[in-house]
Amino acid sequence: MGIIRILAPYLTLLRPNLVQNHQLIMARRLYASRTIGVDKNVWVEFTQLAADYKAVNLGQGFPDFSPPQFVQDAFCKAVSGGPQMHQYTRAFGHPRLVKSLAKFFSRVVGHEIDPFEDVLVTVGAYQALFCAFQALIDDGDEVIIVEPFFDCYQPMVLMAGGTAVYVPLRPKGGSSVLSSGDWVLSAEELTSKITPRTKAIIINTPNNPLGKVYKVEELQMIADLCIKHDLLCFSDEVYEWLTYDGAKHVKIASLPGMWERTITVGSAGKTFSATGWKVGWAISSGKLIKHMKIIHQNSVYHCATAAQEAVSHGFDREYELFGTPESYFQQLPAMLHQKRQKLASCLRSVGLQPVMPEGGYFMITDISSVNVDLNDESTKNESYDFRFVKWLIKEKGLATIPVSAFFSPEHSKEFDKYIRFCFVKEDSTLEAAEEILRKWSQKE
Amino acid sequence: MSYTRRILNAFRFTCRSFPTNCRRFCTSQSVMASRHTHAKRIEGLDKNVWVAFTSLAADPSIVNLGQGFPDIPPPSYVKDALAKAASVDRMNQYTRGFGHPSLVKALSQVYGKVYSRQVDPLKEILVTVGGYGSLFSTIQGLVDEGDEVIIVEPFFDCYVPMVRMAGAKPVLIPLRPKPGKKTVSSADWYLDPDELSAKFSSKTKAIIINTPNNPIGKVFTRGELQMIADLCIKHDTLCFSDEVYEWLVYKGHQHVKIATLPGMWDRTITIGSAGKTFSVTGWKLGWSIGPEHLIKHLQTVMQNTLYTCPTPLQEAVAQGLLLNYKLMGQPDCYFSSLAEELEGKRDHLAAILQEAGMSPVVPEGGYFMLVDVTPLNQDLSHMGDDEAYDYKFVKWMIKEKKLAAIPVTAFVGEESKEQFEKYIRLCFIKEDSTLEAAGDILKNWRKV
Repeated sequence: MGIIRILAPYLTLLRPNLVQNHQLIMARRLYASRTIGVDKNVWVEFTQLAADYKAVNLGQGFPDFSPPQFVQDAFCKAVSGGPQMHQYTRAFGHPRLVKSLAKFFSRVVGHEIDPFEDVLVTVGAYQALFCAFQALIDDGDEVIIVEPFFDCYQPMVLMAGGTAVYVPLRPKGGSSVLSSGDWVLSAEELTSKITPRTKAIIINTPNNPLGKVYKVEELQMIADLCIKHDLLCFSDEVYEWLTYDGAKHVKIASLPGMWERTITVGSAGKTFSATGWKVGWAISSGKLIKHMKIIHQNSVYHCATAAQEAVSHGFDREYELFGTPESYFQQLPAMLHQKRQKLASCLRSVGLQPVMPEGGYFMITDISSVNVDLNDESTKNESYDFRFVKWLIKEKGLATIPVSAFFSPEHSKEFDKYIRFCFVKEDSTLEAAEEILRKWSQKE
Repeated sequence: MSYTRRILNAFRFTCRSFPTNCRRFCTSQSVMASRHTHAKRIEGLDKNVWVAFTSLAADPSIVNLGQGFPDIPPPSYVKDALAKAASVDRMNQYTRGFGHPSLVKALSQVYGKVYSRQVDPLKEILVTVGGYGSLFSTIQGLVDEGDEVIIVEPFFDCYVPMVRMAGAKPVLIPLRPKPGKKTVSSADWYLDPDELSAKFSSKTKAIIINTPNNPIGKVFTRGELQMIADLCIKHDTLCFSDEVYEWLVYKGHQHVKIATLPGMWDRTITIGSAGKTFSVTGWKLGWSIGPEHLIKHLQTVMQNTLYTCPTPLQEAVAQGLLLNYKLMGQPDCYFSSLAEELEGKRDHLAAILQEAGMSPVVPEGGYFMLVDVTPLNQDLSHMGDDEAYDYKFVKWMIKEKKLAAIPVTAFVGEESKEQFEKYIRLCFIKEDSTLEAAGDILKNWRKV
């Protein structure tokens, strides 16, 4: 990637920018070099395809059911609230929201969080990640990415001028890989990837797409390395409330020595099943947040007011009901637990092998046992899972996401026989998917 | 890489390889400090006038004519549209990354009419987090390290830090008062063609213009825009036109889109704002419109920064646009009715300032007014020398007079500070009662 970047200015001089009416606009390159190599995006491609074919959509990760009534009510109340609900609020986070987040998470993390210094509200967790990379990753810095990874990490590292270094979660040898808990990080392999240029490591727990929920020993191993090598840790915890079968979500920031070097990213979209609200946050020591604030104030500056107000009410309610059966943070995982079971049995019944996720929205399935003729010429040069997913959308009307999209170029070949299903869907959607798979398996 | 950085890296490498030796030479704190340094791109970008002044003005007892947001309510149909959108399940989940389909279609209709050309909703429009987000996507997508970007002073303050964050060099050129004339209107400020021409170099990637201008309120004439366009074409540069106040143009003036001038569509990004259009600054939705070969790079930035904007807000803006599209050209179209309402407030504030013995610069557009505070003769010598006069004046005025404004030197570079430091900016998209309250404070200025 580095070579392409260096050569790019010279290469593009050879190719003039032709436009409508063949008028030449700018003999030199139009676009900034930071956009090189980050223009492809799996979501843009596959969401379009799913829409075009009106597929039963278990692809992109969003619920097809509504957010809980109490946040919807809070939003309506905010919308009909005073005029200030429709005007700019505090740039780094609506005061009511940062106070709610600080109060809620102080109790969870066991550390006093300052609402104005230690919290930054962003346009979704996505923008929190962007601020973290832009604020703290410089040209030539290395960032360790644990694979499989949410696909945006890699282009964000690249756009910040950094170099991505990958360490894969690998299925434990010997056991048939039936659970996300069977995928582990090798301490030796991780250590071997650390160099003097390593600035940060990014982890995601519960993990997308695998569903792995890192155990405290695993996080401790990562924490020890962070402390020993003085690394930053970006911890993407958007699915923090969604754990199953008694798996416990642990915040790496709560481990000794980690608060001051960890940026924890969260999402109202995933927390309250309202992905379209795009409210997220980063919580960390003020020393790191202050750098992220500079990126924020020079990129979007404010986030929408009304949605922040609504999310704040949501957290206040959950603070009071925490640990009780009425808590949405208990009810949502319980509901999804059932859906997870439903999807898994449906996949098994047609001969597929799902990897049971301990947490999150997604389930990956090994498709190597499936025999289909992927005779689509247009996808000839793509990896097997990409071709399979496109075939599944076009021929069977079922949308999923190819798992090699979440792996680095160097490792994607090893993992191109998996596809990802999202089970955060109405039962009717899951049933429709089941119907498609049943019909398909019966035909064979 | 700078020399200092090389040394620092070498030091870090040595420390890593010989930890025990290093402990004698460096404390663990300094090693930590070097590790947790921020990226170079944010150096020098921490100051921000809004962060400084909005908290000062947050006290409800202060009459706030500072930050540019309305205290008048938005039209009820946009609020209703938002409540309605949020009640639809699907509207609470992710929508299309580059812009919610119904919104880009509505924008395509409205601007198709305004531009008198087809605007492709999917390829020639990007929806962003406010006009601010459009500026960011544009600059990140199209401006590279080492480029130069011409910025007209006074400028909306974020242009300079955004250009610097992209590793480029801001090249400033001030609007100047017409010689011999007393500046009573924003039309009395102009761009000197020779001065502007001299600012273009082989490194110039783009020029950023803002019309109607914040803070002066100047509405660039067709002739002035043609002059700028000629230079863009001659030097083969891009033009980023910030037109967030495009509908707020007062009688006798016309908003002209530089992108409609010959040869300019292909090299211009035009920025708009739902917040300013519908008086809902807290919705933070904006858009960039331009040719596909430019917009696609902004889309790349979008998909790697925040990916998509909130859905229900986009749906509500779409409804607001469609409603007003049907009314375009009629008096009850919000695009014209808001301008009419604001013209009254503009004249009201100008009268208040004149009564207080000051000379406001009456704007041709936008919702800000500049006023020279020299006639107030306010002695601020007790406040020290480290800040420009207008910064000191506004801070003092907020504290002592409970009236908030914004210092105009926040919108200019170092070299132009002296030219502007006696001006403050007042926002008039406020309830009449707010403007009256400001008037009372000014009338009673001499009273302790």
